[in-house]
Amino acid sequence: MTEILFSFFVFTLAAFLGFELISKVPPTLHTPLMSGSNAISGVTIVGALVVAGEASTPILTGVGTLAVILATLNVVGGFLVTDRMLRMFKRK
Amino acid sequence: METIIQIGYLLASVLFIVAIKLLSSPRTARQGNALGAVGMLLGVIATLFHKGIVRYEWIALGLAIGTALGAWLALRVKMTAMPQMVAILNGFGGAASALVAGAEAGRAWISGDIAALSFFSLTTIGLSVLIGAVTFSGSLIAFAKLQELMTGRPIVLPAHHYQSLLLLLGSVGALAFFSGTSDSLSLYGLSILSLLLGFWITLPIGGADMPVIVAFLNSLSGLAAAATGFVLQNYLLIIAGTLVGASGLILTQIMSKAMNRSLWNVLFSAVGSGGTGALTGDRTVRSTTAEDVALLLSYAKNVVVVPGYGMAVAQAQHAVKKLMDALEEQGVEMRFAIHPVAGRMPGHMNVLLAEADVPYEKLLEMERINPDFPQVDVVLVIGANDVVNPAARKDTSSPLYGMPILDVDKAKTVIVLKRSMSPGFAGVENELFYQSNTYMLFGDAKKSIEAVIQAIKEL
Repeated sequence: MTEILFSFFVFTLAAFLGFELISKVPPTLHTPLMSGSNAISGVTIVGALVVAGEASTPILTGVGTLAVILATLNVVGGFLVTDRMLRMFKRK
Repeated sequence: METIIQIGYLLASVLFIVAIKLLSSPRTARQGNALGAVGMLLGVIATLFHKGIVRYEWIALGLAIGTALGAWLALRVKMTAMPQMVAILNGFGGAASALVAGAEAGRAWISGDIAALSFFSLTTIGLSVLIGAVTFSGSLIAFAKLQELMTGRPIVLPAHHYQSLLLLLGSVGALAFFSGTSDSLSLYGLSILSLLLGFWITLPIGGADMPVIVAFLNSLSGLAAAATGFVLQNYLLIIAGTLVGASGLILTQIMSKAMNRSLWNVLFSAVGSGGTGALTGDRTVRSTTAEDVALLLSYAKNVVVVPGYGMAVAQAQHAVKKLMDALEEQGVEMRFAIHPVAGRMPGHMNVLLAEADVPYEKLLEMERINPDFPQVDVVLVIGANDVVNPAARKDTSSPLYGMPILDVDKAKTVIVLKRSMSPGFAGVENELFYQSNTYMLFGDAKKSIEAVIQAIKEL
């Protein structure tokens, strides 16, 4: 039970932190912030790796591998495309 | 080993937090993004030490395919196609979260100890599948609409919102049943209902409302990861997912506010399905030529460009930059007025103009530029419509009424580049086009601007 409560602690603090961190973002950065944070949401890759790598049935390994592919696409695609955009933003 | 993994996750969490912080300032955004990538790498490496992982071939295969596809997509996507790129990546993240949570249940079924999963675990698994599936199917529709694989107009079925509500209730019901019984069929049912729910929510969303829905799906993809974090009791997932969920929610809020609507209203009202607010009586539009526009522009002291989705469609951003260079050579001051929901995703216009090398100091927000319009000599509206419709200020019967707009009608002269007289996305006529100080330059925006540049050089 305490483990579960502790997860809620972490969740609540992270939510408040999130709102505080980005309450003021210039519109220029709306897209990069979105695609950059989107890449971070690919963190689910961490769970996918375990499913793909543990000893289990072929179906579960397949599901895990598919999850790894999708999450990696999300992560790699997201960070790279954000960098490509941010490279273009420059001051005169 | 477990300690090493947790320390890795702790460092990754810190890097993610700093990354998002840095992403919110133009000067540091690029480092922020790089730090995020480092954090992710750290998280992945730490996970590889997990004691449950006994073989690496499938992991390697998955990583290789994902990396190759992701890099290929990211490096060749056009800047004008960025909204659909972000949409589809959101969908992939959501799907991955749902699969990981589902696998957790699958493992328990196979080993036969599903009863060992607590009510809490089952509920979080269901929740993660629900949010992840909605994110995935919703993103697919958003992608298809933005990529123009299907119509960008709202698709509204009979009693559409009741159907959506029914799907939502069905999903919640299946989730409750699964939590109580751990029955496998109910999890499959939940997956199907949630996928349908995602389709049903996004089908009635019109193109002009896309910035809101893309930001909303971004938030959901974060929440899906956080829910998976609860399933796995993994704090890295909870922290990172929640941060993204919060940032997406803030963006959604900013976008809805820019349209003077609530998220609820955007999701459940389908603006643009019917045309209203038609202007009555005989009205004339003044059509003009590239030569006249060139003359007007080069004798102006200051010019403000208002870009919209039409600029993205015509890929006109580079031509606009050349026009800016040509005019600045003549001593004309040129600035850009950016409406928060111009285009199809938050910040869409900023990205396109940055690609064309327009310095971002020249891009002004609505609140900054609006008081200046009475002193502006020429406003050049390039493929924008609803965001400059004065009906939003005056006409209480208009579906746009109350939405903050760029007050271009107050400028001395307005030139509108447009393909035809068809109304904007909301299906509302724009009286700006009939004003006595407005001139229409019909045609493809890119070709029109190039003709204007040519004419300026020949003056």
